[in-house]
Amino acid sequence: MSAGERESVRPPTQPAVPIMAALEPPAAPPPGGEKRLELRHISKSFGGVHVLHDVNLDLGASEVVGLLGDNGAGKSTLIKIITGVHRPDAGEIRFGGQRVEGLTVEKARALGVETVYQERALADQLPLWRNIFMGRPVAGPLGFLKVGNMRRMTGELMSESMGFTSAVLTPDTVVKGLSGGERQGLAIVRALHFQADIIILDEPTMGLSLKETEKLLRFVEGIRAAGKSAIFIDHNIFHVYSVADRIIVLDRGRVAGQFPTSRYSLEELLDIMREVASEGSYTEQERYRLADAPSTGSTEHGEEPA
Amino acid sequence: MTPAASTRPAPRPRGAITAFTTTWASQIGITVAFLALWLAFIVLAPSTFLSSRIYLAFAQTTPYFAIVALFLTMVIIAGDIDLSFPSEMALGMVGFTFVWQATGSVELGILAALLVGGLAGLFNGLIVTYIGIPALVATIGTQFLFRGLTLVLVNGKSYALVTASTAPSYDLLVGKLGGVVPMEFVWLLVLAVVAWVLLNRHRLGQNAYVIGDNGLAAQLMGIPIRRSRILLFVLVGVAAALAGAMNSLQIVNFYPTMGDGFLLPTLAAVFIGGTSVFGGRGSVYGTFLGAFMIGAIQAGIVAVGLTDYYTNLIYGAVILAAVAVHALLQRRFE
Repeated sequence: MSAGERESVRPPTQPAVPIMAALEPPAAPPPGGEKRLELRHISKSFGGVHVLHDVNLDLGASEVVGLLGDNGAGKSTLIKIITGVHRPDAGEIRFGGQRVEGLTVEKARALGVETVYQERALADQLPLWRNIFMGRPVAGPLGFLKVGNMRRMTGELMSESMGFTSAVLTPDTVVKGLSGGERQGLAIVRALHFQADIIILDEPTMGLSLKETEKLLRFVEGIRAAGKSAIFIDHNIFHVYSVADRIIVLDRGRVAGQFPTSRYSLEELLDIMREVASEGSYTEQERYRLADAPSTGSTEHGEEPA
Repeated sequence: MTPAASTRPAPRPRGAITAFTTTWASQIGITVAFLALWLAFIVLAPSTFLSSRIYLAFAQTTPYFAIVALFLTMVIIAGDIDLSFPSEMALGMVGFTFVWQATGSVELGILAALLVGGLAGLFNGLIVTYIGIPALVATIGTQFLFRGLTLVLVNGKSYALVTASTAPSYDLLVGKLGGVVPMEFVWLLVLAVVAWVLLNRHRLGQNAYVIGDNGLAAQLMGIPIRRSRILLFVLVGVAAALAGAMNSLQIVNFYPTMGDGFLLPTLAAVFIGGTSVFGGRGSVYGTFLGAFMIGAIQAGIVAVGLTDYYTNLIYGAVILAAVAVHALLQRRFE
């Protein structure tokens, strides 16, 4: 957090990091200029508590959307609905314009959604290759694993995409011994290895050093450059603002507002965030400023000034 | 090892050795412990432990709990446990006895036993995953339930199986291969390979490791958690029924309290082998050696010249020494 505050807002152009190699080849553009992902009137409650209420969200091609909100705003739940971990109580989900019913994690991954859950989704005692292929191993029709195949691919990813150069690290090394940055590289490469079109980064800067955070932000820029889309969740507005095209603010389960970063300065957004945190919505003045955006509250990425 | 790795300077030997020991620390630990115990018995009772007779005896008696231990290992790796298998051994034999008496077929009886064992395992899996009772608690319950069901169904009676011993499948299960090697041991070897392949080269094993290591990760990465856990309980049920059938056919008698003494030796074999009670870690190899260590202790103690009273004392010492070695190796290398 404090690391980001001291940083420049837009990361400077720097040589490509090894991790970007994992982004090749570029994603095919979604057919007919369709949105990659559309959420319509999504609601979800757990045990009578409304966690999400009538949430709409669009994600275009080559777009990075930042998702901001306090603890309990519903960010994680929203993400878990997109990734198929939770089913919404109401509302619909469309991928590339096609409505998808009964989304599961398997289905979402098949539709090109990959999530970087940081180290929370790594199995510590298992070797690297089992972590890379977690949930979708390379296997024959009877479920027998092609272990040699997975080991070899992991080795290639390690040297080409993760930048692992230590001779002690092999595809059989258990994750427990990795550093924070190495774990993060593993989590990202795992998400990218499977040709994802939509990459969801859940609190990716948590626990990262300043240098690792910079590397991560450059990587998110690389997602856009490769024609893929990303949803970037963070509680740190400085990180989100520096890479997102549009910021969606969630508050107590509702979309409190959407703000193209091209039209709002960081200072204005900070004011809005404070407003949202205390009032649950933004002021008339902000509402007026937004009036020239589409009235549904969902901003078309293509309509934004460059 | 990989094309990319070959372009880099060759790994320094020290690094390579460290990586090797880290990966295999647990297996090396159990192998050393196994050899140490074996050597101790050879030194202390050479006349017994340098003749083949004692090993043929082990080869017959150890599989009764080793077969269950192999599959119990997978349940424990997935973060669950099953304490009901001694009762599943007997309940399966109720299925055998009823079908065998009704049809006169030993083969159908064995199939019925395996089916009943599988259903008992399914019941365990369902109440653990769908009702959400921790496996430890649930299987303490079903251990009583299955034993109670067995006693009620056979009215507490035992059954002589002498007439079953002429069937060809009798020899297949508990005969002697080439007149020497007990078939129990042959089955143990076959099932050890099956368990190893399932655990290390199949989706089910991959799922078991991930579920036991990090349940949240398993959920987020879309692993079929319930299905996998249930299947593992079913495998233990089937393995227990098979072991129960072998045990009963070998002594040509089925008594409804059969299996009662197997609970702790089986668990000990799994934990001596380096399987973590917290899940996510364990091996078929370790359990296999662990089972033979447990299997050798009782006979070994008598052969060494100690009285039978020492059995539990030595069991305790060996179990604690083995798990202590595992704990220390883990701290040192990981």
